[in-house]
Amino acid sequence: MEYFFFIVRRLLWSVLVLIGLSVVIFLIARVVPGDPARIALGPLATAEQVTNLRHKMGLDRPLYVQYGRYVSGLVRGDFGQSLLTQRSVASDLRSAFPATLELVLVTIVLAMALGIPTGVLAARFKDSWVDNVSRVLSLFGVVTPSFFIALLLQLLVGYFLHVLPVNGRLSPGASFTPDITGLVLIDALLRGQPAVWLDGLRHLILPAVSLAAASLGQIARITRSSMIDVSRKDYVEAARAFGIPDIVTTFKYMLKPSFIPTLTILGLEFASLLGNAFLVEMVFGWPGMAAYGVRAILHKDFNAIMGVVMVTGAFFVLVNLLIDVLLGTFDPRIRIRGARS
Amino acid sequence: MSAVPAVAGGTATEESARRRAWRRGWYRFRRNPAAVAGLVMVLLVIVAAVGAPLLAPSPESAGTFVNFAERHQPPSLHHLFGTDNVGRDVFSRVLFGYRVSLLLVVFVLGLSVPFGVFLGLLAGYYGGWVETVIMRVTDIFLAIPALVMALAITAALTPSLLNGMIAISLLWWNWHTRLIYTTVNSLRNEEYVEAAKLAGASDAHILFRELLPNCVSVISVKVTLDAGFVILIGAGLSFLGLGAQPPTPDLGTMVAAGANYLPEDWWESVMPGFGILFAILGFNLLGDGLRDLLDVEVS
Repeated sequence: MEYFFFIVRRLLWSVLVLIGLSVVIFLIARVVPGDPARIALGPLATAEQVTNLRHKMGLDRPLYVQYGRYVSGLVRGDFGQSLLTQRSVASDLRSAFPATLELVLVTIVLAMALGIPTGVLAARFKDSWVDNVSRVLSLFGVVTPSFFIALLLQLLVGYFLHVLPVNGRLSPGASFTPDITGLVLIDALLRGQPAVWLDGLRHLILPAVSLAAASLGQIARITRSSMIDVSRKDYVEAARAFGIPDIVTTFKYMLKPSFIPTLTILGLEFASLLGNAFLVEMVFGWPGMAAYGVRAILHKDFNAIMGVVMVTGAFFVLVNLLIDVLLGTFDPRIRIRGARS
Repeated sequence: MSAVPAVAGGTATEESARRRAWRRGWYRFRRNPAAVAGLVMVLLVIVAAVGAPLLAPSPESAGTFVNFAERHQPPSLHHLFGTDNVGRDVFSRVLFGYRVSLLLVVFVLGLSVPFGVFLGLLAGYYGGWVETVIMRVTDIFLAIPALVMALAITAALTPSLLNGMIAISLLWWNWHTRLIYTTVNSLRNEEYVEAAKLAGASDAHILFRELLPNCVSVISVKVTLDAGFVILIGAGLSFLGLGAQPPTPDLGTMVAAGANYLPEDWWESVMPGFGILFAILGFNLLGDGLRDLLDVEVS
């Protein structure tokens, strides 16, 4: 019951964070010199045209009124209109966000599926060549800029070896729109099109690997160090003394407690993941929020920018909330501590 | 190495004890090959940046120089990293690019670290509403991915090197506030703080002469690791076209510009990319080495 209240408090805090974010970005956008109406109309517009557009955009009202109008629109799911595409930002995002979401989901699965076993192996064979190789690879994953990894993979695997495609979500001429969930990998199966599914997967591999590299490295490192810490604990020694086979000790007694720090790190990693997604998307021409957001920034399309920032922020806050709940489920100490605080 | 707590106003024996601790630390550091490698790499980057006008084979390549006769030359003895689309020497541009990277690091950390540390000291020491206000604002900034925040802030300003640096600084201080806040929280109840309070020391004295010196190792490690990450985020921003504008030789911008000529003229993108990697790797190894040396927990 107390844990329930803890969750509720975390939820309210998340909402507060999003409100705070919207205020910060809104203030920065509106307070800075540069007239969005003039920029939208171009340098040849007359003063009268600019004033009219300013009035239409509501730019001549006091700041808090503008903010109020914006928030009331947000609550209704209305992000305003994009100056660039002339469509509602909401519909723009509805096509851009699932692309980013699919990439991020596949990346997380990849990072954990490869990172955790690597960490376990490195810890198990500590100081052997397995350990050293994985540590070096993890380090390079963490320090290499994701867009550079993306570029190198594109060059080596795409151009020189011709093994995988390097652009977009599907091959040109594939004429398939993922209209059920927005995720190609799911919708292709639902619509019974295995060829499209394979095509989508092939297009996902390089971007996902580039994006996963940094998180993979970090997850491997954290898993390795927490496995090493756990292996020194008394109950592990006791398990070994009882003659319990190594495999059982590793997975049942050591991996579960090591999972807590890994999960905690995942929340932080997700932050850099979202940021790096923007970079990787640009390299691979991925039709996600990155291209949309960057174009919006270069054209000072405020509604679009706010939309991208708010959606990304909300997504991030939601994922962190989920991770906190998961952490509470895995580690009763956190549940109790959280309820008490 | 057991840290000799930095107590204000040491005696002669305490001074030489500290010096001995330093020498011990240096010997331990030297025995960590990765850390030494990191130090060498960082020094190379600094030397390259500071000495670029002297070291670069073609210093004019850093500006608006063009040499169409030698465009798109692959790496050779004459041009170590090849030439770019207007014939500039890529190696020289990378050296000058390090100037921009280090400028970024100095600017961002020089602004955000003092500011963040100061706020963290206040929040950790005073508690109460001071703590609540400061930490809540910090949490809001920390709750959003760094690059997204930097993108949003740069969006509101015009993309340029200076505005990119301002954007990153605006969100960087939060990490240091949080770090110092947690550190001070744990140090607040130490005996020397109580002793100072009993002796009638002013708050300012306690903050700056008692607590701050004991945060120095934590700050040093974090600043070194930060340098790498600032370069990483800065490169990301300029890769997207939101940082330094041409013809300024910024490594991220060069990678983006060179990407147009893939895969044939790959060196124009790949060499600056390796330049970025070299710098980040150096700071990372050095920071890890420092952390192992000073035995610190930097979350």
